[in-house]
Amino acid sequence: MNTKTIVLAVVMLALSACATTPKQQEIIQTQPRAEVPAPVIVEPEPEAPIEPAPVEEAAPVIPQGPQPGTADHFKYMSGEDRVYFGYNEYSLTPQTREILKSQASWLQQYNNAIIVIGGNADERGTREYNLALGARRADAVKAFLVSQGVAPGRITTVSYGKERPIDGRSNEAAWALNRNAHSVVLVGGSS
Amino acid sequence: MNTAREFTGASSFYGGLSQVMKFLLLTVALIMGMFVSFQARAQLEIDIVHGAPEPLPVAIPDFLSSHPETDQIAKDIASVIAADLERSGLFRVLDKSMYIEKQTDINYQPSFADWRLINAKALLSGKIVREGSNRLKVEFRLWDIYGTEQLDGKRLATTPDNWRRIAHKISDNIYKRLTGEGGYFDSRIVYISESGPKTNRRKRLAIMDADGDNPQYLLAGADLVLTPRFSPTAQTITYLSWETGRSQVYLLDIETGRRELLGNFPNMTISPRFSPDGRKLIFSMIKKGNSDIYVFDLRSRSTTRLTTNQAIDVSPSFSPDGRKVVFNSDRGGSPQLYTMNADGSNVRRLSFGAGRYTAPAWSPRGDLIAFTKSNKGKFHIGVINAKDGKGERLLTNSYLDEGPTWSPNGRVILFTREGRGISGRSAIWSVDLTGRNLRKVPTPGAASDPAWSPILP
Repeated sequence: MNTKTIVLAVVMLALSACATTPKQQEIIQTQPRAEVPAPVIVEPEPEAPIEPAPVEEAAPVIPQGPQPGTADHFKYMSGEDRVYFGYNEYSLTPQTREILKSQASWLQQYNNAIIVIGGNADERGTREYNLALGARRADAVKAFLVSQGVAPGRITTVSYGKERPIDGRSNEAAWALNRNAHSVVLVGGSS
Repeated sequence: MNTAREFTGASSFYGGLSQVMKFLLLTVALIMGMFVSFQARAQLEIDIVHGAPEPLPVAIPDFLSSHPETDQIAKDIASVIAADLERSGLFRVLDKSMYIEKQTDINYQPSFADWRLINAKALLSGKIVREGSNRLKVEFRLWDIYGTEQLDGKRLATTPDNWRRIAHKISDNIYKRLTGEGGYFDSRIVYISESGPKTNRRKRLAIMDADGDNPQYLLAGADLVLTPRFSPTAQTITYLSWETGRSQVYLLDIETGRRELLGNFPNMTISPRFSPDGRKLIFSMIKKGNSDIYVFDLRSRSTTRLTTNQAIDVSPSFSPDGRKVVFNSDRGGSPQLYTMNADGSNVRRLSFGAGRYTAPAWSPRGDLIAFTKSNKGKFHIGVINAKDGKGERLLTNSYLDEGPTWSPNGRVILFTREGRGISGRSAIWSVDLTGRNLRKVPTPGAASDPAWSPILP
């Protein structure tokens, strides 16, 4: 059962520079993919959570690699568009900071790109508290990116509380994945 | 919407009883009285304040119908009342096949002996009179079988399509007459209708009658709407929607469909609730990741900040006198309940038990605060004394229970219960203050975030 329910986060549709409303900021599709190999673990949790499909495997499928400056390219270059948190935590781990530094350097290279950071929580909290907790997580990521030199006006934050889980199971691995802040390129940039 | 009109028609009821019949019935009653202990004459009453009473056995025959077109409604009204009373946990409706007496006119006293034989303590008899094609009069009488007296009698008028509300109003009358407290049957529940898997869930605003009947969507389009709450004074609800990209508080007049974005703040706003007088909204606004509690005056359009703490401050709920607010904060290191004055002064911690306390709701009676507690991997709906935080009682226990909302009379709590894992679905459940009357509220699909309306006018 569990092996068949690997969750695959399909990356954002590439968005052109001119374009979009905040409403369409996050398009996540999940589907069981039995054939996906055991993924790489990039997690502070001791227990091995199942990661969204590593970009390294997706890359060869795209002949030229993602178009520079696009949302796909952001994820490709940053290595990870989500960073993860401990239970009821919003502090950044050293590992998390490394990922965010990659995000920040991309944002500096494509310095007219705009991103939104969605803060998420696992299901083991009540709805309103988790909205507040998700906001804390999104803001912690924003504050770090700003500390790396990204202009605050290029980053908006939103909290989804526990409303946007990426893993629907109820176990430690799923909860660890669902406690995250998700950086999404709203408007692509040019270098 | 049609509003049921109510008359207290006592004089016409008594006028229908002829002097001869009165004499005969009195005689029968006296004869039967010889076989019954007179202590049974103490007036019929259900004590819901002290502990959990045994359900009261009550007989509810089909209402009498004076026209073929009302025959079905006459049966249905009796069924809806029976279901209302049973759901409260305070009544046991006796099976119709047991009934010995078949009344043909509710203006005569029932044969108390026949109802005693099947152990009925109370009898509800009613009739429907059709007045033209678009108007019904519904009369009912509530009898104390052992006290051999009428406890209540009223006549209500409405249009035929509004018969369910008449049934709920009669249920409320019976509840009030027998418990001494207001009922909650003629009310509605606003909630979130859910569809899709956990990782791609659609959440829409919906409303239904308190018994789960008549469910309807209230908004088209939006796919993430949360935490609706009723105004205590108007047919208005407040809720959260992400349609601008971030969570914001909205108001919706459910009679006119008029919608309003509250204040148009540049920040996320969450956890809205009305003040008891319906004139203000209390909610949390999030600035730079930090949530604090604010009040918005719906007339002056002014916003007042109540908390300035660097911790999470959410889920405010006014006391029924409007003087105090209970809210949720992690300022002490873990999520706990706090109270403060309505101006933000005098903050005090209220919950001290083990575990995390969230989502408080102040009872409309003022005496208790309901909350969600998570401890050792389980979630509970519980209550504590509003005054001192003592007297904790946990009413439920499951993988995930949350978000209590009170019935208008402060005796029943609705909440969300969500199942574990990928196939886990949300549903609305009810529990009374004894914790023994736990029931799932029927909804067409998965449902969450219930909020009870006041009793309808």
